[in-house]
Amino acid sequence: MIKLVHNEMMKIMARKRLIVIALITAVLVGLFTYAQYKETMERQEKLGTDWRAQVQAQIVDISNRLSSSRMSEDLRERLQITLKQSQYYLDHDINPTEPGAPSFVRMFIENSGPMFIPLLVMVIASDLVSSEHTLGSIKLLLTRPVKRWKILFSKYIALILSISLIIAIVGLLAYLLSGIIFGYQGLNAPIITGFTAQGGNLDTSEVRLVSQWRFLFMDFGLVWFVAVVVGTLSFMLSVLIRSTAAGMGIMLAALISGSILSNMVSSWEFAKYLFMVNLNLTGYLSGAAPPIEGMTLLFSIMLLSLWWLASLFVSFVVFTRQDVY
Amino acid sequence: MTEVTLAVKDLRKTIGRKEIIKGLNFELHQGEVFGFLGPNGAGKTTTIRMLTGLIKPTTGSISICGFDVRKDFTKAMQYLGCIVENPELYPYLSGWDNLLHFARMLPSVSEEQIEETIRFVGLDARIHDKVKTYSLGMRQRLGIAQALLNKPKVLILDEPTNGLDPAGIREMRQFIRNLAENEGLSVLVSSHLLSEIQLLCDRVAIMKKGEIINIDSVENLLTKQEKLAWRLLPLEQGKEVLERFTDVEVEEDYLITPLINQKAGEWSKALIQEGISILEMNRKIPVLEDLFLQLTGGESVD
Repeated sequence: MIKLVHNEMMKIMARKRLIVIALITAVLVGLFTYAQYKETMERQEKLGTDWRAQVQAQIVDISNRLSSSRMSEDLRERLQITLKQSQYYLDHDINPTEPGAPSFVRMFIENSGPMFIPLLVMVIASDLVSSEHTLGSIKLLLTRPVKRWKILFSKYIALILSISLIIAIVGLLAYLLSGIIFGYQGLNAPIITGFTAQGGNLDTSEVRLVSQWRFLFMDFGLVWFVAVVVGTLSFMLSVLIRSTAAGMGIMLAALISGSILSNMVSSWEFAKYLFMVNLNLTGYLSGAAPPIEGMTLLFSIMLLSLWWLASLFVSFVVFTRQDVY
Repeated sequence: MTEVTLAVKDLRKTIGRKEIIKGLNFELHQGEVFGFLGPNGAGKTTTIRMLTGLIKPTTGSISICGFDVRKDFTKAMQYLGCIVENPELYPYLSGWDNLLHFARMLPSVSEEQIEETIRFVGLDARIHDKVKTYSLGMRQRLGIAQALLNKPKVLILDEPTNGLDPAGIREMRQFIRNLAENEGLSVLVSSHLLSEIQLLCDRVAIMKKGEIINIDSVENLLTKQEKLAWRLLPLEQGKEVLERFTDVEVEEDYLITPLINQKAGEWSKALIQEGISILEMNRKIPVLEDLFLQLTGGESVD
């Protein structure tokens, strides 16, 4: 089995996909670092270096927007939550934008969790099986004295390893590159978590402080989980559809529709059972309002697990039974 | 008879409502090259895919060295080496990595064994280059190396000379004969070229529309069908002379007689004595179409 996984990793490495992924990440991190830097500079220019003043200004800004009457209920609720959150930071003397590489990594990973990282994972997962069909090498692979489920399982393990590697690469690059500008301090800074947004009310009963590195750890765990689920789904498509491009297209459409749906279907209750609106797990940690009322971290994790199990089951059943032409 | 290495019994495959393979029965013996001859679409590749476990047969059994392909897949596959259609290896890996890849899928193959196989197929010089830089002949040899890694008892090659140049075809032919004669492998080769099967195989199964219409030795099936074509001057007189010995057909400028060893000399002597000059004497290998016509009694290939 280890030998088979070794084979799969050899093929992934030989195609230099991971290097491409690292390059894309490096470019993006560079861009975001610059953008963040610009924003910090501008804010400091406007408001001085006092973060309290900045949070205060944010509160005033949100209050002003809330007082405008032409605003959807939905947005109003969200703004109110953000307002209460900012107020909490101010009251408890916690700097929400503690500058430094760790908070940049946190910001980066939280934003890339539902979209960017799944995209990177897709690059690898979606042709893991279908490329063997396109090349024709599947015929050699399946005529060896190895059971089919073992071959698929070795590919799946290789996928999990690559996903872990991708997330490690993203994390490390974000940390190292942004640290050049922002410095590496702030790993132990307290971060506030445990907000639960419920119908416009911010439930602060479970709010507590967590040091930044632990928070990052949780973020990475959740992002990894999302990446595994998305990876498994693309993996299934790769088994079902022999064309890599079609599989990638379907997955891409699903991911993009997920981010669109998250922004517009708060009244369509059923949408919460779709995997793609449940990808923003890190949002629950930082207390962002869920796209649809009634979604919780636990709900999303359970739902994603179901999707994960189902696609794994389909992949294995189809792969071990299909006729190969 | 020698040991049976591959046995196929009542093999059928139905896709949808259409039965595309209609009950095949045949056996391969140790040390023989067995040919699968048939036009495109006769079901050669589908049969080979069932033999190698890529397609599940609807009914029937296949056993390789006594192990059923469906029930004892891994054991059966240990005795089988195959190339289905072209040897599609990973172009982005080197030849060596490709072999290493497939060696890792076998119970135990040492690096020495891989090196030995590479020398056997004569790829030592370029083995560490990427496969995408290989010529078709080299890929074919690498494919064979891959198929031989597990020291199989049965080797299945689907159209092994497809796309090779004449020198490559000859080389491949010698290589396959060597494997059967000196290494004792059973080799199953499919082809739609009569001449190739005739030069390469000991026995041949002729397939048509999913059925084997005849299995016999190449000698009986093909060589006996060989004809001799004569171009004589004057033609009419020559025909009269030849008709004293055997049946003669006229085909444009040629006279066609059966090819019988030793007789040709006798006949030509008689022709010369009658003052007829022999412009050309040609051995005529039957074409597949003719053979089918003969075997099926008038039904054509399609």
